Amino acid sequence: MCRATTRTSIVTRQVKVCLLAALMVASTGASADEINGADTAWILTSTALVLFMTIPGLSLFYAGLVRVKNVLSVLMQCFALTCLMSVVWFAVGYTIAFGSEGVEQGRYIGDFGNVFFGAMTRDSVKGTIPASLFAIFQMTFAIITPALIAGAFAERMRFSAMLIFSALWLVVVYSPVCHWVWGGGWLGAMGLQDFAGGTVVHITAGVAAVVVALFMGPRKGFGTVAMPPHNLTITVAGAGMLWVGWFGFNAGSALGANNTAAMAMLVTHLSAACGALAWMTMEWVRHGKPSVLGIVTGMVAGLGTITPASGSVGPAAAVVIGLSAGVICYFATTFLKNAMKIDDSLDVFPVHGVGGILGTLLVGVFASTQLGIFSGHGFSAGIDSIGGQLAVQATGVVATFVYSGIMTFIILKLVNLMVGLRVDGDSETQGLDLVLHDERGYDL
Amino acid sequence: MKMMTAIIKPFKLDDVREALQQIGINGMTVEEVKGYGRQKGHTELYRGAEYQVEFQPKVKIQIGISDHQVDAAIEAVCAAANTGKIGDGKIFITPLEQSIRIRTGETGEEAL
Repeated sequence: MCRATTRTSIVTRQVKVCLLAALMVASTGASADEINGADTAWILTSTALVLFMTIPGLSLFYAGLVRVKNVLSVLMQCFALTCLMSVVWFAVGYTIAFGSEGVEQGRYIGDFGNVFFGAMTRDSVKGTIPASLFAIFQMTFAIITPALIAGAFAERMRFSAMLIFSALWLVVVYSPVCHWVWGGGWLGAMGLQDFAGGTVVHITAGVAAVVVALFMGPRKGFGTVAMPPHNLTITVAGAGMLWVGWFGFNAGSALGANNTAAMAMLVTHLSAACGALAWMTMEWVRHGKPSVLGIVTGMVAGLGTITPASGSVGPAAAVVIGLSAGVICYFATTFLKNAMKIDDSLDVFPVHGVGGILGTLLVGVFASTQLGIFSGHGFSAGIDSIGGQLAVQATGVVATFVYSGIMTFIILKLVNLMVGLRVDGDSETQGLDLVLHDERGYDL
Repeated sequence: MKMMTAIIKPFKLDDVREALQQIGINGMTVEEVKGYGRQKGHTELYRGAEYQVEFQPKVKIQIGISDHQVDAAIEAVCAAANTGKIGDGKIFITPLEQSIRIRTGETGEEAL
């Protein structure tokens, strides 16, 4: 009976959503040419901040975590991905995700009017900012998402395979999911609240990471040979840059200089702080000492988890989200490594994947306006209960989880046939820096 | 002449150098080394991955000394490097056949 009621409410909701969408199209049509200077200035700034997250933020964060013989290979992967993903986004990624202005968008994929940014001129407008600015802001998201996955295959993947895999992944996984959620596709229409990329960025990348780790197998000696981080100093530096850059990621996702952006920045910061404290405390209690790697990992977990919620929740909820991120991602990391024996080398799934899932689901609760101090900014149009919003959020989680998992597997299979995913055993022992790049990270 | 080899805790190096200087020993060669003995290694924990680190970092000092200074040198190093805890290190004394100062060609104790 319960199910029947839900179905009817979904039907009525869809009708309401259609009406609302029609109204929204009409209203944006009226102010289509209005570029707002303040909004534009903030998104220009945010774009730089989000690029700063990948180079140098994530690059340094990851580079410090690998062994000394692979430090350059990780820096190289992040840098090369920044370049290659930009070009792929320009060629087809953007148009698959967002299509072109003034064209009705399909449920699953954007129209192809913006192949090679074909419909993009200096005067094109998207919302209140230039369309070109929207395109490059989104480009920085398309750069960091495949770069996140690099943590899973660190220290053993061939460089050529990494490039082909990432390019295909951006086109086949990231761009369509981006369309589903933000580009006018079915998840967005359903009322999924994913403000800055819990599903689009963190779940897609996190799931891809665990699939890559399973497909490629563990590094030689995983579980028996010590593989401690070679330079936690640069990891901490990178982590700090990620925190700062994340302000652009989340507050920039408001696509304007407004109250939503300001609140997003506040909740983002609080969640990062609480995630860091929670992870630090977990280690302190369970192992006797608070670790530096622990506090920065907790920060990333807090940031990844608040990402989908940053436009939906208030500060008190952000504290709860951050604390739960620190605790749950901590357990997920230990479980994946020690119980499941999966070598997701730099813990991409337990931190980003689990964080993304947790945050996306918690939006269903904390978007509610009825929770006193923990209240958020309300459910999506046509949804009037926590259960209703949670159902939509769960649909988003399951859909992106399954889609990214299956497609990543198929791409890996293909690339493995084309060029082979892994370097050979001797090369892995010698280290990728010398074998793949003929260089050493340090000559001290 | 004797060759004195002392393995000490790294943070005691300056104390040992000063103590030796005070008894008139003005040169030494120092190396950073790793080893283990009664002092066991330690565990390191990175995001749930635990590593047993067996070897402890130590500093190895080598000094050529004339016979009459041996006892004083041993005393100085023992006093300066002692913390009373396991892992303070060891001193080895071995005979030294010859020493030559390269610049002047001096040999024997004059070259120390």
